[in-house]
Amino acid sequence: MSRLAATFAELEKTGRKALIPFITAGDPNPDFTVPMMHAMVDAGVNVIELGVPFSDPMADGPVIQRASERALAHKMSLRKTLAIAAEFRKINQTTPVVLMGYLNPIEAMGYEAFANAAQTADIDGVLTVDLPPEEAEECTALLKARGIDPIFLLAPNSTDERIQKMDALGSGYIYYVSLKGVTGAGHLNTTDVANKLQQIKAHTTLPIGIGFGVKDALTAQTVAALGDGVVVGSALISKIEANLDNPEHAKQEICELLSAMRLAMDSVGA
Amino acid sequence: MTEKYNMPDARGHFGPYGGLFVAETLIPPIQDLNAAYQQYMNDPEFIAELDADLQHYVGRPSPLYYAERWSRELGGAQIYLKREDLNHTGSHKINNTVGQALLAKRMGKTRIIAETGAGQHGVATATVAARLGLECVVYMGAVDVARQSLNVYRMKLLGATVVAVESGSKTLKDALNEALRDWVTNVDNTFYIIGTVAGPHPYPAMVRDFQAIIGREAKQQCLAQAGRLPDALVACVGGGSNAIGLFYPFIDDESVKLIGVEAAGDGVETGRHSAPLCAGKPGVLHGNRTYLMADEDGEIIETHSISAGLDYPGVGPEHAWLKDTGRAQYVNITDNEALEGFHALTRMEGIIPALESAHAMAYTMKLAPTMCKDEIIIVNLSGRGDKDMQTMAKREGIEL
Repeated sequence: MSRLAATFAELEKTGRKALIPFITAGDPNPDFTVPMMHAMVDAGVNVIELGVPFSDPMADGPVIQRASERALAHKMSLRKTLAIAAEFRKINQTTPVVLMGYLNPIEAMGYEAFANAAQTADIDGVLTVDLPPEEAEECTALLKARGIDPIFLLAPNSTDERIQKMDALGSGYIYYVSLKGVTGAGHLNTTDVANKLQQIKAHTTLPIGIGFGVKDALTAQTVAALGDGVVVGSALISKIEANLDNPEHAKQEICELLSAMRLAMDSVGA
Repeated sequence: MTEKYNMPDARGHFGPYGGLFVAETLIPPIQDLNAAYQQYMNDPEFIAELDADLQHYVGRPSPLYYAERWSRELGGAQIYLKREDLNHTGSHKINNTVGQALLAKRMGKTRIIAETGAGQHGVATATVAARLGLECVVYMGAVDVARQSLNVYRMKLLGATVVAVESGSKTLKDALNEALRDWVTNVDNTFYIIGTVAGPHPYPAMVRDFQAIIGREAKQQCLAQAGRLPDALVACVGGGSNAIGLFYPFIDDESVKLIGVEAAGDGVETGRHSAPLCAGKPGVLHGNRTYLMADEDGEIIETHSISAGLDYPGVGPEHAWLKDTGRAQYVNITDNEALEGFHALTRMEGIIPALESAHAMAYTMKLAPTMCKDEIIIVNLSGRGDKDMQTMAKREGIEL
């Protein structure tokens, strides 16, 4: 069983939901990321999405785009992101790490070389924002052969046919983008999300992580009740951005927010 | 070529290039667009409306002008200019915006967005939006806003909102990123008019089909005026819409050489250029696989060209395919050479070309003398140079 499958199975046993933070590797500097990952685990997260910086993050809002720019200013890259994940894995052998980014850095490395490097770094899942199932067969096959879960996105306007496609090609979990827009935008409509989740669940048994629009403990709690996991990104990165002169303080604030989310989420089923 | 050229395939692939590389949120609107495009391109009523607009609003057909004096001066091939500069709004861009705006109207969209580099596509989009009474937002890199302020003013006069994009390199690629973000957010009422033959399928094929009027006319005109097909076609290539528009109807005519001219900026060897076909490698950006300018980690690098319209790190996927198959050849022209082309055409023929088109002129100056006097070159004069007066004056130290 993959680390992701085991994590979601274990959570299900206890009726808890996955807390899934997203941070960009190398933001605000390369030394920050590994200790931040460990600290987030201590704060109660279950899966870590590690953003691979890209020069043209078309699906992201300004907050994550600036995180990419800060990381790239430190020459962060896909290779160095993999090195960060490997460094984290030296100490933590249980928390799944999912790489999230755009296709071109993977194209530049070559699909097979990337799949091998991801396996060596003990990566658990790969989510490539601009690689829909239509174009993903080759890359997905290489990842699956190495026990790495390819993770796909679903959106509010995704049809039944597409949900079935993601179910067939993806594994680990499905990332549901809860609103139309870029990361860090807008407000959640709980009823809409609940209805959509019902439609999705009719076509897949994969766990559903819900992201976009999760800002605080309350939204995390609300979203947790609707799916199997809660993804939070821009709200964390905003804290890095607000404390660029004091990354340690950012780390502390991020952990406080994640702890509050954990607490709120766990009190749902209780 | 024994089989008739028939690209792209049903999924938008030109060999390994093209395709549909977008986030999931964009898949449904792109599927809707593709369905509408397939439907209306075969709808006689739509085609009749498009043809009427091209004739009465754009001013087509554009002339194929025999540049007799310039041909004589260069002492080689006979040079004909396809006068896209004479279209309404001053460039070939309007051929495509008229078509996509009609599609938008058919699809019931009330809001138009676009990206623009030099501002020609932005102006052409703002123009058709004004005519149809649609809301229009144009994204433009802050650097381009500064160097093409005349076009910014034109767009505003036409009622468009111009958003200066401050992220990344603040040029065309960043404007495209921002337009994609807008589209993701406002998919329900918004139609995204992409200005070049790049982006996710069906844009490269659709924009080509709207621009192919250039080549269809040129072929007929050349046969009528010179009694035969040309020997070479020359066009500048940024994203590559004017070039593919001219080339496409000639792809099966093997005797006709297709030559695309990229912007070499300070020179390809300096690294400061915009010539992905000449000096880049394949990758994925803005929805399609094509040649790109990227570093070894796959991060997109900044491009350089005196011409804002060519200042883009990618190129249409069909050009990538035509390059790999050898059907078209791609060369490059530096900023300084383009300026020579600009002045030559202005002084020899009394036509001031856009700086983009000046790249094609500069290559023609190299090519024509190597050819025989009974051979024919058609050069795409894709736009007029009025928008570049400030850039030229500044470059030459003149205050306007």
